Amino acid sequence: MKKILKLKKDTRKNLITYGMIILAFLIVRFLSASGNISSAFRGQLVPICVYIVMAVSLNLTVGILGELSLGHAGFMSLGAFTGVIAAIILQGSVSNPLRLAIAMVLGAVIAGIAGLVVGVPALRLRGDYLAIVTLAFGEIIKNIINTLYVGIGENGFRISMVNAESLNLGERGTVIMNGPMGAVGIPKLATFASGFILIMVTLFIVLNLQNSRSGRAIMAVRDNRIAAESVGISVTRYKLMAFIISATLAGAAGALYALNFSTVVARKFDFNTSILILVFVVLGGMGNIRGSIIAATVLTVLPELLRAFNNYRMLLYAVILILVMLVSNNEQLKNMTKKFKGFFKIKRPSDLKGGTARE
Amino acid sequence: MSSRLLKTPMVPFPSRAIIPARDLDKPPILEVSRLGIDFGGLAAVDDFSIIIGRTEIAGLIGPNGAGKTTVFNLLTKVYQPSSGAILLDGKDTSGMNTVQINKAGIARTFQNIRLFSSLTVEDNVRIGLHNHLNSNVFFDIFRLPGYWKSERQAHQMTLELLSIFGMEHMIHYKAGSLPYGAQRRLEIVRALATKPKLLLLDEPAAGMNPSETEELMRNIIEIRDALGIAILLIEHDMKLVMGICEGIAVLNYGRIIAKGTAEEIQTNDEVIEAYLGEKKEA
Repeated sequence: MKKILKLKKDTRKNLITYGMIILAFLIVRFLSASGNISSAFRGQLVPICVYIVMAVSLNLTVGILGELSLGHAGFMSLGAFTGVIAAIILQGSVSNPLRLAIAMVLGAVIAGIAGLVVGVPALRLRGDYLAIVTLAFGEIIKNIINTLYVGIGENGFRISMVNAESLNLGERGTVIMNGPMGAVGIPKLATFASGFILIMVTLFIVLNLQNSRSGRAIMAVRDNRIAAESVGISVTRYKLMAFIISATLAGAAGALYALNFSTVVARKFDFNTSILILVFVVLGGMGNIRGSIIAATVLTVLPELLRAFNNYRMLLYAVILILVMLVSNNEQLKNMTKKFKGFFKIKRPSDLKGGTARE
Repeated sequence: MSSRLLKTPMVPFPSRAIIPARDLDKPPILEVSRLGIDFGGLAAVDDFSIIIGRTEIAGLIGPNGAGKTTVFNLLTKVYQPSSGAILLDGKDTSGMNTVQINKAGIARTFQNIRLFSSLTVEDNVRIGLHNHLNSNVFFDIFRLPGYWKSERQAHQMTLELLSIFGMEHMIHYKAGSLPYGAQRRLEIVRALATKPKLLLLDEPAAGMNPSETEELMRNIIEIRDALGIAILLIEHDMKLVMGICEGIAVLNYGRIIAKGTAEEIQTNDEVIEAYLGEKKEA
């Protein structure tokens, strides 16, 4: 106990976040083993993991870097289809977990490269330009993938933008992506455990980055660009760094998402999905990683729980969103929680006198 | 406290420029010649030339709107000058940007405080140390030994720097929650963390009470003596300027109207006119 109290505040906060995820994983595992989980909820497990990763990675751009991105689903989409292509090509040559890992890494790399291409021109600008460019990026990616025909057959790997016949795959060929019909015949490689691992990796990367030299530079750019430049921090470099890491993680999440279903269409990753992820971030609190995790989980489960109200489902969803916004911004409630926190607060040496927390 | 400084003999350097006698054998840290910028035809700063010695404390004064902060923005390349040259430590700075200027050795504070207000005092100083820490993003994410070494170093240096103003106990406070005077001091600490050769202070005593200002004067001299750097400051508090500045330049309407020691400036007719208005003919 004493040792935990002596840890730095940030370290303690991070350990609680990791612990929360591990605990949730173990509880779900236990309930699942004892048959206490409905099949509907079991189907939600991987999407929940994916949305947590999406929310945490977008929080890196929106909360920690302070730039608005409206096309996060575009990176997810790139990762998803890259992952599907990789998984189908590798069919039969490597074991399933390894195939999933390779698909996620490739999805992450391609999304990261897209992040670089979008970020280099957009992040050099000031103001809301990144929001506009990422918004357009998401739409462009969706429309390109909608016209893309990809297959593997006698002549090897083929890409076309006309139709599936023009791929010339031969008798035993498989069409991987069929234009607006999306990717079909996807092997279901994603598991809850792999989702859990991806969350842990994401948290490891984002939390470690946040409490480091690079992360501090990123937050300095957010807080005051002019002051950051005046102390010798290259603003464009650190903006790009945060944006690319964010895109990379979204790509990995996209691959995991796609490999959880038998078919995936590009329309799934549209503007609405980008906004949904942004809602997770805003609701969970900008820069608050744990908040993003909770918001993503609750808001993914909520529409399913509200299925009983059927017609009023989306109405209730909206009302709950508005209520949460009102409550979380209410001065009086904030003061009450503050008092509540103060009552239970454990006195640490660093609260009384600074500089001793590290020793 | 400042009497020692006032007695420093000032010697003409190349032509009419003056720097303290003790800095004469070394090349000056900053040589600015005929610097100018105009915004849409209006000359905000024009024909601005100064020379600052290695360990000099210099002052830049003038009425409101004279262009003092613009000079700082030109020196740190927030604005690119439209004419003139800036030599820092003998090297031409044309074509450099703000980041490169800081790496070359100029650090500054801001008239309207610009701290990273949502971060702690320690983080603010560590961000100042950025270019003197050897970690990189790879070390940072995977917590390799390079990360831990750099963090330890950063903590040590942060405590050392904060001790200049006796602020070590504030290390975990949020920068935005500090009292005004402490925020001004933290900005100086953050600037010093970049290990500059020349420190630019934009109204460091603004909003401070007389006793705080007195202490700040002592601190500025201590910083100069301990680190051996040059300091150029903009200030409206004449007690501070006349007390610690060895060379003073007076700016009015973007032009230097007088240069000299405190005594020379105080008796200069043009300066008095700029501050108090024209003398009425009887």
